Amino acid sequence: MRLTTYIAKRVGYTVFVLLGLSILIFTLARVLPGDPARMALSPRAPEWAVEKLREQLRLNEPLPIQYIYWLRDVFSGSLGESLVTRRDVLTDITEFLPATLELLLFALIFDVIIAIPIGMLAGRKANTWIDNLVRGFAYIGVTIPAFVFAIIFLLIFGYILQIAPTVGRLSPGVMPPPRITGLITIDSLITGNFSTFVDALSHLILPSFALALGPIAQEARITRASVVENLNKDYILASISHGIPERLIVLKYLMRPSLIPTVSILGLDIASLMGWAFLVESIFNWPGMSRYGIIAMLRKDLNAIVGVVMVTGLVFAIANILVDIIVSLLDPRIRMVERAK
Amino acid sequence: MCIMFLLEKLKDLGILSPRKAEDYKKAWYKFSRNPLSVAGLVIVIVVVALAILAPYVTPYPHHAEYYVDFANANQPPSLAHPFGTDQFGRDVLTRIIFGFRYSLMMAATVLAIVTPPGVILGLIAGYYRDRWIDTVIMRIADIFVAVPPLVLALSICAVLEPNIFNAMMAVSLMWWPWYTRLVYSMASSLRMEPFVQAAEIIGASKIHIMFKEILPNCLGAILTKVTLDAAWVIILGSALSFVGLGAQPPTPDLGTMLSDGAKYMPTIWWITIFPAIAIAVIVLGFNLLGDGIRDIYAAEAR
Amino acid sequence: MSSTLLNVEELQVHFKVYGGILKVLNDVALTVNEKEKVGLIGESGCGKTTTMKAIMRILPWNAIVPKAKIYFKGKDIMKMSDSELKRLRRRSISMIFQDPTAALNPVFKIRDQLFDIVKYANLEMGKNLSKKEIEEEAIRLLREAALPEPERILDSYPFQLSGGMRQRVCIAMALASAHELLIADEPGTSLDVTIEDQILRLLKQIVEEKRTSIILISHALGAVKGFVDRVYVMYAGCIVESARTPDLFREPLHPYTKGLLAAVPKLTGGGIPSGIKGRVPDYMNPPLGCRFVTRCEYAMPICEKKQPRMIKAGNDHEVACFLYGE
Repeated sequence: MRLTTYIAKRVGYTVFVLLGLSILIFTLARVLPGDPARMALSPRAPEWAVEKLREQLRLNEPLPIQYIYWLRDVFSGSLGESLVTRRDVLTDITEFLPATLELLLFALIFDVIIAIPIGMLAGRKANTWIDNLVRGFAYIGVTIPAFVFAIIFLLIFGYILQIAPTVGRLSPGVMPPPRITGLITIDSLITGNFSTFVDALSHLILPSFALALGPIAQEARITRASVVENLNKDYILASISHGIPERLIVLKYLMRPSLIPTVSILGLDIASLMGWAFLVESIFNWPGMSRYGIIAMLRKDLNAIVGVVMVTGLVFAIANILVDIIVSLLDPRIRMVERAK
Repeated sequence: MCIMFLLEKLKDLGILSPRKAEDYKKAWYKFSRNPLSVAGLVIVIVVVALAILAPYVTPYPHHAEYYVDFANANQPPSLAHPFGTDQFGRDVLTRIIFGFRYSLMMAATVLAIVTPPGVILGLIAGYYRDRWIDTVIMRIADIFVAVPPLVLALSICAVLEPNIFNAMMAVSLMWWPWYTRLVYSMASSLRMEPFVQAAEIIGASKIHIMFKEILPNCLGAILTKVTLDAAWVIILGSALSFVGLGAQPPTPDLGTMLSDGAKYMPTIWWITIFPAIAIAVIVLGFNLLGDGIRDIYAAEAR
Repeated sequence: MSSTLLNVEELQVHFKVYGGILKVLNDVALTVNEKEKVGLIGESGCGKTTTMKAIMRILPWNAIVPKAKIYFKGKDIMKMSDSELKRLRRRSISMIFQDPTAALNPVFKIRDQLFDIVKYANLEMGKNLSKKEIEEEAIRLLREAALPEPERILDSYPFQLSGGMRQRVCIAMALASAHELLIADEPGTSLDVTIEDQILRLLKQIVEEKRTSIILISHALGAVKGFVDRVYVMYAGCIVESARTPDLFREPLHPYTKGLLAAVPKLTGGGIPSGIKGRVPDYMNPPLGCRFVTRCEYAMPICEKKQPRMIKAGNDHEVACFLYGE
């Protein structure tokens, strides 16, 4: 029951929200002062070129009509034409999205496998030097924005120490594997291209780590706080007093309740990852959808901007649904409440 | 400490009522127990002071606007230029301090614009929970939070002329829903509390209930959020100008300095590293301060 | 004459908090013999639970234990090795916590928690039970705790059970690992009085059947009166009086005990009693002398200067008060 109904409800809600979002962006682009066509072409472009662009973008029609045209295009599988690439925005996005997803995926992997263990360690050894060390690092991670980290990493690991590549997804001369999922790491593993896999991984390390530092810090802090709080709870004391071995208590009875706040935050962390990707991809010249989006924004490529925002919203919504499902798996009280409703 | 002494004096002078003085003394006590919070306060005060007094405390105030001196360009840190000079020969230290000015101005403006409407909408939606107005307000808010904040800010800026004023407007436009959501969740649970129901029975007006009963209980969370948001808005602003959608040259903005300098890495590192450190410091200060404010309102841990 | 099971001497526990150090437990001493039912009464915050946590060595991280001599069957608990401590916790002593809702892990089903307890309790005896055997044992324990439909309970989460059921589940868990001494910390306090009564009856029946000793903690005199053989009275971290139950109620010696008994409204009339004047002392700066001195009607000059020690004042009756000697 609940799972399918729940997903259906969320999907419906997502569609509604995305629709609203599209109306918002659409309206903003055309209502706010400034002529999108003029801005796209530059102040020195001849008037006839601007007028032609205006015709093409249907800027002269009333607002609702413009929106309906756009909707119609979306339903026939097109997101309009990009001014920069002269292709359908959807085609562009399909080409670039996997790169961004790969980056986000690895950032998330880093996030989870680093933050949770150190958070639990810091929580268990609260107020010792280990804890203070972790909290100190966490503070730095939370304070410094990802793009600053990206620049620092670029400088230190890319240029000075030269231990990791800084541009693109593969070294020049390395053949990309056949495109199955679009994620080079996965594709090269599937097709057995181990050296390509390693090369792709080396290109991924710096940008995804720069992205991940913020969420790692955040999750570690929350996990630590959660562990500290739960360690004093009666149910943990009860488990100890019944003689349950310490390892079991930590890995089973302490971990699951402590992870609930951590996973709940994951949604916000994914938002942060997706946002900062826009800058980090530019810094590392990573050919992802986010970098495509930045270029579109700088070039006032309206259709591309709208397309990128919508796809970002969609990916984010899906990620949130997944996170909510995981949280309800961890915390039965939430499941039951949904059921009661 | 001296603050306690000061508050005591204010009470004696009659400026502060005895009860208020006690409240502030208690608040300061809770705040100052964590040295990090005090450090945050100090950092913020220093940065704000520098920003306000920028034209008077910087060695080369005229470098903050259009200025070129190619003979002196790209000089490493020295006594004359503690943070070096940039590609146009402008003093980096001066520009950083003026950059503080713009960052703080943006933070103050955005938060001033966003907080009142955001909070009021949250109060209304929370108090009238499950009525049509709740749905309308919160659904609209949902639209704004459907996309990661940075992405929304970038795209709104993208459709406007790039300048610092528009950047402020863009961030304001997309920031209000976060306050609405915060106040909404607090208001909708508070409205069930006995003291609210008591006020309703007495016949207090809805406005009174929302502003004099519910709102004071939300103040702690709101204040904390405002302080932490200051850090966030500064980061957002830097990100926008880093990309080129916010402040435009020759305005000294920490983000623009970062992106300018990125081209010259790693040899001419000072153009990038010092602004980066500056951002980190100002953000750290507000974060510590915000944590301290949260401590004031937090219940005493047993 | 049954032998001594638990012997606590000179227990001091302090807590480090923000403002300083709370000197809570002040030379607490008590004894429990085999098959004996002992009560520990005192108001909230006087250190009853802390004493029990010290015995089971589950004090929080900010606890400082300057002095502790706790002997179980002659062995010093504080000096026990890990394996000895395990054996103690899995076989000998078990504690039923005050709030059954807090004592159960909210995100695990009852079966997860109970099975693990049963498994390790039996492991300690060298019995490696199969899953089925563990389940049977668990069901048996739940039945012993007077729970109908044990299978359904096993598959439930704590929040799906009523308060009374949760308390019984905690009792069942304690039964798995308490074969010599059961510590019941205010059982049923958070529940309806009628349910509380049921729980107390259940405990009494179990303890008498199994010939286990029990320490019953309560702040309700009535609960203790019909249950235990001996009573310890605690105030502000000190044991102030100990006697056999009928003796204590008939002839309370310590001014605090007198005050407590007088504070109970009587069904036979007499109006609402006035209670004990004054407030609990500040643990951060406890008085140099007797901790009850600020509230005591009979306070003498010596009470402020020296701390009274427990002295014999009758048959099996001890009291810590200068009224009865030094």
